[in-house]
This record gives sequence, structure tokens and C-alpha cells, in this order.
Amino acid sequence: MTAVLEVKDLTKRFRGVVALDGVSFEVRPHEVVGLIGENGAGKSTLLKVLTGIYQPDAGVVLRNGEPVTFRNSSDAARAGIGMVHQEQSLVTSVSVAENILLGAEGDAVRFGFYNWPKLNAVAQRQLDKIASAISPTTIVEKLSFAERQLVELAKAMYVEEGAQVEPVIILDEPTSVLEGAELETLFAQIDRLRQIASVIFVSHRLEEVLRVSDRVYVLKDGRSVGETDAASADIDLLHRLMVGRESSAQFYHEDEQLPVDEAPVKLQVKNLTRAGQFEDVSFDVRAGEVVGIAGVIGSGREELSRVLFGAEPSTSGSIVVDGKPVKFASPVDAVSSGFGYIPAERRIEGIADGLSVAENIFLVAPQTAAWGPFRNPKKALEIAGAWIKRLRIRTPDERTNVGNLSGGNQQKVVLAKWLNSPELEVLILDHPTRGLDVGAKEDVYIFVREQCAKGMAVVLLADSLEETIALSHTILVMRDGRIERRFDAPAGSKPKPVDLVERMV
Amino acid sequence: MTHPPTVDERRLSPRVRRLIADAGPLVALIVLIVVFAVANPVFVSPGNIGILLSQAAVPLVIATGLTFVILLGGIDLSIEGVVATSSLVFALTVANDRNDLALGLFGALLAVLAGSVFGLANGLANVKLGIPSFMATLGLGAVGIGIATVLFAGRSPRVLDSGMRMLGQGSTLGIANIFLIAVLVLVIGWFVQRFTRLGRYGYVIGGDEAVARLSGVRVGRYKIGAFVLGGTASGIAGVLLGSQLGVGMPTIGSGTMFTAITAVVLGGTLLTGGRGGVLRSFVGVLIIVVLANGLILIGVNPYAQVAVQGLVIIAAVVATGWRLRTRVRIIK
Repeated sequence: MTAVLEVKDLTKRFRGVVALDGVSFEVRPHEVVGLIGENGAGKSTLLKVLTGIYQPDAGVVLRNGEPVTFRNSSDAARAGIGMVHQEQSLVTSVSVAENILLGAEGDAVRFGFYNWPKLNAVAQRQLDKIASAISPTTIVEKLSFAERQLVELAKAMYVEEGAQVEPVIILDEPTSVLEGAELETLFAQIDRLRQIASVIFVSHRLEEVLRVSDRVYVLKDGRSVGETDAASADIDLLHRLMVGRESSAQFYHEDEQLPVDEAPVKLQVKNLTRAGQFEDVSFDVRAGEVVGIAGVIGSGREELSRVLFGAEPSTSGSIVVDGKPVKFASPVDAVSSGFGYIPAERRIEGIADGLSVAENIFLVAPQTAAWGPFRNPKKALEIAGAWIKRLRIRTPDERTNVGNLSGGNQQKVVLAKWLNSPELEVLILDHPTRGLDVGAKEDVYIFVREQCAKGMAVVLLADSLEETIALSHTILVMRDGRIERRFDAPAGSKPKPVDLVERMV
Repeated sequence: MTHPPTVDERRLSPRVRRLIADAGPLVALIVLIVVFAVANPVFVSPGNIGILLSQAAVPLVIATGLTFVILLGGIDLSIEGVVATSSLVFALTVANDRNDLALGLFGALLAVLAGSVFGLANGLANVKLGIPSFMATLGLGAVGIGIATVLFAGRSPRVLDSGMRMLGQGSTLGIANIFLIAVLVLVIGWFVQRFTRLGRYGYVIGGDEAVARLSGVRVGRYKIGAFVLGGTASGIAGVLLGSQLGVGMPTIGSGTMFTAITAVVLGGTLLTGGRGGVLRSFVGVLIIVVLANGLILIGVNPYAQVAVQGLVIIAAVVATGWRLRTRVRIIK
């Protein structure tokens, strides 16, 4: 049987850095192929070559046995390769139909004029393929995150129309922002997709890769280092292949979780309410404690974290730090009270793109490298260099633009930025490992543990339930804007994900 | 299972709030009209309404074109220069007291075309040379004033073509021609925005340019297209003003840019692009015209009026944009 897509010895270099070093793999008809690898392993580059955004330096891509060259994304679409991007790629100010057909409207736009009924009908056809009830005329900004992902999927399915062949659909980290029921919906979608297409599934959640894939390829340092049937693989094996070091069963470093019953209460939240978002939320965080907050989208936990950091005002209730009530009118107040915030929207709220790694590290506490009001560039570079070493930030040097780093390394810069502040006492982690690979995640976990040992109080909104459970001392489950249930999660006797899910939905 | 009452509010309120915000400028317009009508009944007399409509015409034409540029997240600061050049091209190519040309309607079209050429230059400077639209259009606006000054040569050419003067001064069925032309421009603008790729891609590019590029949209073309629409509209405005005043001069467009930009923003088109539209700008234009006219009728000191107008506009923008202030965001 001919592979629907085959990649042979693909190589891509960027100014001397080898991103892809002779990658080969194939996708067979109606197969779900898992693709895993650490940050910098070459996954993104490979996907960009497959969708025509980059051109390879060497190697060939075969589509149904025929060699193909993609000069741009339209070429790839014409060959029936569709992609659901990791960072959502919908234009929120226009309709679902316009997004699905964007750039390839075909007959629906003649001589520059829109035929709306036709446009909507074609879009409806794509939505029907994935059995979605979303209306093509809806403006995307009115949709939830999970609904938008379905629109992305419908958009990817649209390549089928232009190509007249069974499509290959690439899902780039589709699960990284989904939880619980939304995940199940996605898996059902992939099963449906398998009937009409072949699928490449890229995810950093190994359990999920194994669950949905038929075969799995492991990428490391720009090569495929392993190929295995999902049925006969296990997580430890994949771990070892990917990371290149022994996988620790203690991925979350649970044994480093210290008891905090005796520690003083650092942060008290009393009856905190933001009208329409959450209400009457009360909890304590002790020094060295991680309080994990679980909840589905709409539970109010995201809003809670933003209010805690002063990014949005509360309607009533109070926040008490070290026994003293505080009032945050803005994040500036929160920072001066010793709060730090690691945002989920890293690219927008976490890093200052265009500034160097070193400049980003000193955004919060510039006084740590200064002569009075002046910068001390030599000291700044020294301290930045120390952080780069300590957090193992992969960057050519301190002066590199932070925007050029991979996601995991950007996140480490954000961590360094806060940790560099001597006043930091409370850390709010809003999806700190979103989009990070296994290795970078583990680094984040080690850091959470280290900071706790030093007495940091941590509020955590984690990416997955496993992460919430493993990292937290105490878990609060939020639903419809209220705390539904509080779980103790001491090391060794943690609650099960199913216990939490029951309270979440 | 008891759900807190906030649930329903939360699900509904964003939609309701968006509706209110969408309708905000229209509500503001109605309130202004009612207030002025009560304060001085002359405000709603047929005579005054006629004045209002003809005052709205030129700003409406300019704001319609400008909306396309602002939807992209760009700005057009060349308006007054383009209007000036266009008015002089118009005055010097129709029957006039300076030369023997008498091209009539063809002269008017040449003047509009001059506007389009400026728009094209704005677009090329922005897209091909990579100059921010703020700087590119500011520069080309000065070029427009310069060309107009050269053509002006110290004395205003007077328009002698009576047909062409009717464009700006005559009326049809009791409605000023100038307003009818403006409404025609608005309708064309609305059609372009709703039914053409140029219009739709304006929303896409203004909403997320990176996504547009990745989807294979030739972004540069559509940007240039939007600037051409903006320049053309300014060209039309130059013809209308030249026809109305019967002369061409470099300062003929003074103040039109302030009115047009505020009208677009007041109407609810975001300066960051992606959201808004020409009909909203129409509402914005009416608010400004009603305000200027109403303030005179209720007896605000004419010398203080510009300042009062400015303050009211800032208040209106704050009122319509207040809901966007809850999140941390950067205002450049």
C-alpha cells in the first residue's frame, strides 16, 4: 500500500543551525500517526515544511507516491494537506465561513464579489463533515475556545475540496488547552477523521499520543530516532527516546513535596467576588504551599487568577498578605506586594518580544542590576548569564531577542524574570507548562518544588488534572464561579482525577 | 444542584453588553437630537435639517473612504493635502477664469483620479517601502498641499462651469445634491465592504494580518486597495468642496481630517483595525455635525465651540470604549 504522505531525508538549516537533519517518516491511508519530540527537536520546522511555509534544503516529500514541492501554503492545501495550528489561527472579527474558506474561496467569490449563500453553503459542508452544529455565519469572537478549535478542524477539512484527494490533516498540539469533556470530543473527532482522512497528531501529552495514534514517531535533534506501534509502546520508552535520559517515574518530583501544616499563612483570600465571573471565593495559601485550582472553561478560575494579580478589579471581598489586607488597583500594586504572575498568554503577556533575554529578565526588578537610577550593563549580563545557566535556557547569548527562542525557553525567561525579584513571595502560575515539552515541563516542576522549599506561596492553574494533582498540596475545584470542593493532596495520598472531574462538571 | 444566579447573567451579559456598545453611538446621536430639539425647536426645522445634511456631506464622503484604511489598523493623514490638490485640479480643468480648459465632468473625474493616485502613493509607500501609514500619509499630505500651492499660484482659480457648480450648490427634490452624492458614496462603500474581497479582506487583515498571510492572502494588494479607496474619497471631497465654494485653494480641506477621523472612531471603528464599518462612520459623522450645529443653536460661545466639541468627542470615545478598559492592555 502506498503511503499517502512520505518524507525522505528532509533537511533544513537556519544560518548554520540544523533544525531538521534527515528526517524520514510516512503516513499510510486512514492512519493516525503520532509525532512527539522535545522543544527544538524539529517538530515545528517539519510541520512548516509540510505546509509549505519553509522550503527544505534537501530531501523529498512524496504525496501518494508522487514527489511534490510546496512553495507556499496554498500549494500544500492544493495537495490536500490541512493543518490545525497550535496557536489558533482564526480571524476573530469575521464569520466562521469566511475563516474556513479564507484565501481559497473558489467559486464563492467571483471577480472579487462575494456570493454569501454559496460561501456559507461550502462552509456548512465542512462543518457537517465533523458533525458540528456551529453556524457558518457566526462571528468567531462569539465562540468558545473549544468551538473555535472545531472551526479550525473544519478549515483543515476544506483542503479536501480543492485537492480532490483524501486529505492529510495535521493536528499541532490540539489538546494543549482542552480539558475533560472537550478532550473526549476531540478524540471522537479524530476517530471520525480517520474514516475520511489520514491524520498526523502532534502532542506533548504522551498518554494522548498513545491513545489516539496507530504509530508513533519520536523526533530528537532534527532526526526521527524511533518508530513504534502505539499498541506495543509504553510511556517510559517514549520518554527515554525523546528526552534521551532515563525517564523518572517521579516526573512531578512528588517526593520533594514538603508538608506545610506548620508554615505561616501567607495569602488569605476572603469572600472574593467579581460580579458575573466568580463569587464568594475564600481560601488560604501557606508559605511553601501550592494551591491548585481546577475547573472547566467558564468556571471562573482564569478570572480569579487575574483578579488576584490586580489585572482586573474585584467587586467585593478581600485579599490579605501576611495578615495585612491589600488592595490591588493594578498589577503594579500586586508586584510591589510581592506577587508574581506567569501568564498563559506567554507571547502577549509574558515576554516583551523585541527585547533581549537579559532585558526581559530585568523587567520586574531592574534594581538588581543598577547603580542608583542607572543600569549596570556588566552586572546585568552577569546575572542574566547565571539565570540562563541555572534554568538551562537554550539561547545563543544574553543579547538574543527573546522572541526568537522556543516556547519552553521563553517560559523559562518569564520564570527568571520573576525569580530575579528579591521581594517575590506569592507566585500565580496560570498554565505555566502550556505548550511545553516533557523536558521543559520537568524543569518547571523542579522549580516549583525549589521555590516551595524556600517558602514561596503558589497558586496554580495547571494544564491538566494530573499536573494539578501532582503539584498541589491543596486542590480547589471551581464550578460556575464558586468553590465546589476542597481536596487535600499530601504527597503519597493524592486524590484521583475522576474525583475532581465529578465536581467540575 | 443549585446554580448561582450569576451563571445566566454571565452567559447573557456579554452579548447584551456588546449590543449596547454596538448601539451606543446611535443612542448618543438620538439623545443629542432630542436634547437640541427640546432646547431649540429651530433645530428640527426643515431649513436647519437641510443645513445639517449638506454639512454632513463632505465629512461623510471622506469618512467612508477613511474607514477602509482604519479597518486595516492604518491611518490616513494625507486627507487635507489630497482634498487641496483635488480642488485645484477640479477648478483648473473645468471652465475657469485662469485657463481655457473646460472639460466639465471629465475635469471632475480627473480631480477624483488625482485623489486615487495619492491613495496609490500612500499604499505603495506603506506596503512597498514599509513606512508606517502614519508617516507615509503625513508626508504625502504635505506633498498634496505643496502641489496645490503651486497650482494655486497666489490666486484662487474660480469655477465658471455652472453645471459643475450645481454639484455642490444645487438640490434635487429639496435635498442638497452634495448630500445625495455623499449617500451614493456611502452606499458604494457599504457594498464594497460587504460584498467584495477588497472589503472582506480588510476585516481579515485588520483582525489578524499574520493569519491572513499564512492563509495565502496577498496582503499588500488589499492594503494598497484600501488606501486607494481612501484617496479616491478625498478626491471626491475635493471636487465637492471646489464646486460648493466655486474655487480651488490649498486650505480648502482645513478641518476635514479632524472631523473624519473623529467620526470614524466615534462610530465605533477600532483604530487597531478589524472591527467597524462605513455605516458606523455615517453615525459618527452625524453625531459631529449635529453637535456642531446644535451647540450654535443653544448659544454656546462660538469661540469656545471647537474646544467644547473636542471635549464632547473625548467623552464619547471614553463612553463607547469603556467596556474595553477592564483588561490590562497597552494603548499606543
